[in-house]
Amino acid sequence: MSTAFSAGIRTALAGQAPVLEVEELSVRFTRRGEAGTQAVDGVSFSVAPGETIGLVGESGCGKSVTSLAVMGLLPGRGVQVGGSVRLDGQELVGAGDRTLRKLRGADMAMVFQDPLSSLNPTVTIGVQVTEVLRQHRGMNGKEATEEAADLLDRVGIPDPRRRLGEYPHQLSGGMRQRALIAMSLACSPRLLIADEPTTALDVTIQAQILELLRELVQGSGTALVMITHDLGVVAGLCDRVHVMYAGKIIETAERRDLFARPRHPYTGGLLASVPRLDTPRGTALTPIRGSARDAIPWAQGCAFAPRCDSGQDDCLTEVAGTTVPLEDDGPGRELRCRHPLATAPVAGSPTTSGADR
Amino acid sequence: MLRFIVRRLLQLIPILLGLSVLLFAWLRALPGGPAQAALGERATPEDIARYNDAFGLDQPIIVQYLKFLGRALRLDFGTSSRTGRAVTTEFLERFPGTVELTVFAMIVAIGIGIPVGYLAARRHGSWIDSTSVIGSLLGVAIPVFFLAYMLRLVFAVDLGWLPGSGRQDVRMDATHVTNFYVLDGLLTREWDAAWDALVHLVLPGIALGTIPLAIIVRITRASVLDVVNEDYVRTANAKGLANATVRRRHIIRNALLPVSTTIGLQTGLLLSGAVLTETVFAFGGVGSALREAISNRDYSILQGFILILAVMYVLVNLLVDISYGLLDPRVRVR
Repeated sequence: MSTAFSAGIRTALAGQAPVLEVEELSVRFTRRGEAGTQAVDGVSFSVAPGETIGLVGESGCGKSVTSLAVMGLLPGRGVQVGGSVRLDGQELVGAGDRTLRKLRGADMAMVFQDPLSSLNPTVTIGVQVTEVLRQHRGMNGKEATEEAADLLDRVGIPDPRRRLGEYPHQLSGGMRQRALIAMSLACSPRLLIADEPTTALDVTIQAQILELLRELVQGSGTALVMITHDLGVVAGLCDRVHVMYAGKIIETAERRDLFARPRHPYTGGLLASVPRLDTPRGTALTPIRGSARDAIPWAQGCAFAPRCDSGQDDCLTEVAGTTVPLEDDGPGRELRCRHPLATAPVAGSPTTSGADR
Repeated sequence: MLRFIVRRLLQLIPILLGLSVLLFAWLRALPGGPAQAALGERATPEDIARYNDAFGLDQPIIVQYLKFLGRALRLDFGTSSRTGRAVTTEFLERFPGTVELTVFAMIVAIGIGIPVGYLAARRHGSWIDSTSVIGSLLGVAIPVFFLAYMLRLVFAVDLGWLPGSGRQDVRMDATHVTNFYVLDGLLTREWDAAWDALVHLVLPGIALGTIPLAIIVRITRASVLDVVNEDYVRTANAKGLANATVRRRHIIRNALLPVSTTIGLQTGLLLSGAVLTETVFAFGGVGSALREAISNRDYSILQGFILILAVMYVLVNLLVDISYGLLDPRVRVR
């Protein structure tokens, strides 16, 4: 897929209302007698029909919690969700269980990380696909079976009729993920969230699954949210990227701009730690210092400051509540940093060939 | 599947051989003997010798064992030294009572245990949860004979709501075809006899079902708590399925896998005879038969009953394993 093409789609769709609008979304986990944990903190983004955005960050940065909050799949107790999530204009935060169940699987669907544990081991693939069709499209058993076979065929599962009668453990990892994708696409959802859909798969299968997702989303007008820690996935698939750290978005940019000119030191660090084909053999990868656990509260300035090479005194503040703000940073870009990178951290083409696709 | 069953049945052979040797040795090591028990304390040594000679008890133990084994292969376990009737006849008369009692107890245990365990898990941390945890702890901790006595005292003796002894009212002139009294009543259309037999099951059934009930509650609760957090339950919710579908197809179906094993094991245990409960309620099942046989030193009954019960136990567990395969395709045997 050429960039010009995807940009063309977006221009064409620019006038359309976004499918998903997330505004100031916050998720707080609370436990009795303990200080709560702010997993997601004032996250805002929107996705237009046919657009693919990436939510990128390390484990624990809040990207999965964001997606679960959008789907309304967070447990009811011990979780406070604030802000606003609108699907085609309909508010989802605070919506009732009945409303959400009507939307989930039909208008918004999700593909999960580990296809084996995400499928019920004691129920056939056929039942797990048809149950969506029966629930949302009111099909009877026979129609649903026909449609399910079609769906499996569409996602590239050979001999779909036989597969319908099989159990998840009888399928390969890639086939399981295809089956999960088939389930999520059963009702042609307006919004598809894919939470690290390739992490549990072999590298060769990863590429196939990403290709499949791109084909399925392209032209159907489905808005796709890719949640990933893998910049290779972003490079191959996303139009727009939101980088998250410690529950907040720290940088937003078009994919090309982000790879060509990362501004936040964290984004720069992520790019520098991607293995590249054009560096000499034996060159060590450049990791980001420390781990996500080293994050400090945003109220003290910048959560990334303890791990940041560009950090200066004004990144940390003595006065609580003066978080570094997310500000406009050129056309189509936003940045939460006082001392952004001036140039790309690595010379030459941004990353592996993926970025140019 | 067939090979699996055959293999399991072949495993019975060493089990039964070992068990029969142990039984034989253990029974003859007991003080006293059938002659003493049958003829009373004042029997002369001559009386006892004559008795032992008549029943072949004076032969060397090896000879006795081999003879017993030879007859057992033809399903002949000898005759009761007490009643003079064939052991198999006695068993067929006693075992149906135990089966009825077991079925009743397990229906109580499963019927209450699974819903309570499920509710406790879904309302994790609520008063239902804590009550069920404490209740199941009590259920396991209370000695069965104590509970049986209390139930009998309160509901049979004091309140008189339910019968407290026997399998059927002795004044009931019921026809017995299969010795399953409830079933007999239904078959012969003697509805009052069936009802009377059923009512006789209530108190011993509750006493007997308490421990399985408590165990089922705990296992169901733990299992549901596990399954609710599984990824596939999240997937089911992400698909927008109705609550009832998620519950039935994705939670309960998987949560019941470990419960089914427990149910099988408990059923096997109860079938081997509830000596204490049956004794308290003078319930004519296998358990009370075993107790009587021990005090009478009735070797044939003990040997025969225990071997048959061992076979039953293995068969029940085989059934559990087969049903597990039906419930969980991952362990389905081919």
